[in-house]
Amino acid sequence: MNPLASIGRTTIGFFTTIGRISQFTARAVFHCFVPPFYGRLLGRQLIEIGYYSLPVVGLTAIFTGMVLALQSFTGFARFNAEGAVASVVVLSITRELAPVLAGLMVSGRIGAAMAAEIGTMSVTEQVDALTTLSTNPFKYLVAPRLIAGVLMLPLLVLVADIIGVFGGYLVSIYKLGFNPTVYLERTWDILEPLDVVSGLVKAAVFGFLISLMGCYHGYHSRGGAQGVGAATTNAVVSASVLILAFNYMITELFFAI
Amino acid sequence: MMANETPKIAIQNLHKQFGEKVVLDGVDLLVPEGQSVVIIGGSGTGKSVLLKNILGLLSPEKGSITIDDQDVVGMDWPERERILQKVGMLFQNAALFDSLTVWENVAFGLIEGRGMKRKEAQEIAYDKLADVGLGPEIAPLSPAELSGGMRKRVGLARAIATDPEIIFFDEPTTGLDPIMGDVINDLIVDRVKHLGATTLTITHDMASARKIADKIAMIYQGKIIWAGPVSEIDESGNDFVDQFIHGRAEGPIQMDVRAG
Repeated sequence: MNPLASIGRTTIGFFTTIGRISQFTARAVFHCFVPPFYGRLLGRQLIEIGYYSLPVVGLTAIFTGMVLALQSFTGFARFNAEGAVASVVVLSITRELAPVLAGLMVSGRIGAAMAAEIGTMSVTEQVDALTTLSTNPFKYLVAPRLIAGVLMLPLLVLVADIIGVFGGYLVSIYKLGFNPTVYLERTWDILEPLDVVSGLVKAAVFGFLISLMGCYHGYHSRGGAQGVGAATTNAVVSASVLILAFNYMITELFFAI
Repeated sequence: MMANETPKIAIQNLHKQFGEKVVLDGVDLLVPEGQSVVIIGGSGTGKSVLLKNILGLLSPEKGSITIDDQDVVGMDWPERERILQKVGMLFQNAALFDSLTVWENVAFGLIEGRGMKRKEAQEIAYDKLADVGLGPEIAPLSPAELSGGMRKRVGLARAIATDPEIIFFDEPTTGLDPIMGDVINDLIVDRVKHLGATTLTITHDMASARKIADKIAMIYQGKIIWAGPVSEIDESGNDFVDQFIHGRAEGPIQMDVRAG
């Protein structure tokens, strides 16, 4: 096998995929703003992404806040800087951990479900059936999921912020012996609106990426059960990698020195 | 074709290929208004691809497809939507929406495609289900709870729900036992006569083709190699057609039995 040909094929394949995703994104976004809108489907997706993801996001946030307080305390104790625990917990949760971990958890739950559902519809000709019934699949399947993803992830992250900080508070007060009033004062004093806003902006972008990857891989899945399985895996992996990459880029935008 | 027959669908010099594989290689076909045309041909000869090109689910490389004298190749969505409102389609495996009940499936084109109120569309859906021999007790069920024959009937009810001018049938009897297949054929003939619709069916079931068709066309290696009235197919004088309709292994059509 010619190694140059192999590199060429891989490169062409990579740019072809980028082109396809760009085209898909442009169509999907266009149909988010052009009627008809399917309110019933949007409502269903808002509940599916927002309400049903609350337990997993909440549990992730509380344990993350708890372990963060514990770890930062043991680390800072070496430098007699235990007082910084409250600051570290609230800034880490709001800026980074809540949006990223919520994004990754929702990606596993919702991105996979979207890819599996649309993928199954695609391989069983249900997507074609939508078209023959004068219904644009982008408007019916993709647009409600994209809108719901963008709207619900920030709300989930806001809840995760509160629960995560509360988790840190619980460990700090009941296990590490901090004074509750002092801890809350330090938390409140260090927190800036930008810390929360940057997390919410990240969440909206992550929600878009999760829905986009779920829909894209589902829509293009081929070849029966195996194809749907591959689409599901690709949706979760690509959304997770994109979340981490965009997290860095958005952090640069908000907090670059 | 007779000179006074107005074509509802006209396909000229249609080419479609996937990579190096040529699937349609210059297909010409006229479907006269109010007639039932059946395309026969073996597996992998391009029947489904032809249907998907007509419906706009695939785009051909070359050639034209006109429906009511409007070229539909490369048509944008709003225009295509207007064309699709004239169309009904029965898919090979019915392609019912898993997330909806039976009546919601049947009423889908009315509610989402035409903006009809749910209550009104539900009444029509129940009527259409009755037309295909299904009672109201079936209506609230999920498609997963139905047998293959029932799913096909629901698919047929959905295809005729909007009283379309054109109906496409993709392998309507595939996967059914011979009796249920004949029941579906009878339903198709009955409903199509009732609606006065133009129909295009693809199948490799000759019993179904003889029952449904006014005219039969045979596709082989991406081309229509014979077309004529159903009454003339037994005397087509075409060796490919003869071999196919009699289901003989020997003849000019050689099947690839080995992969690759």
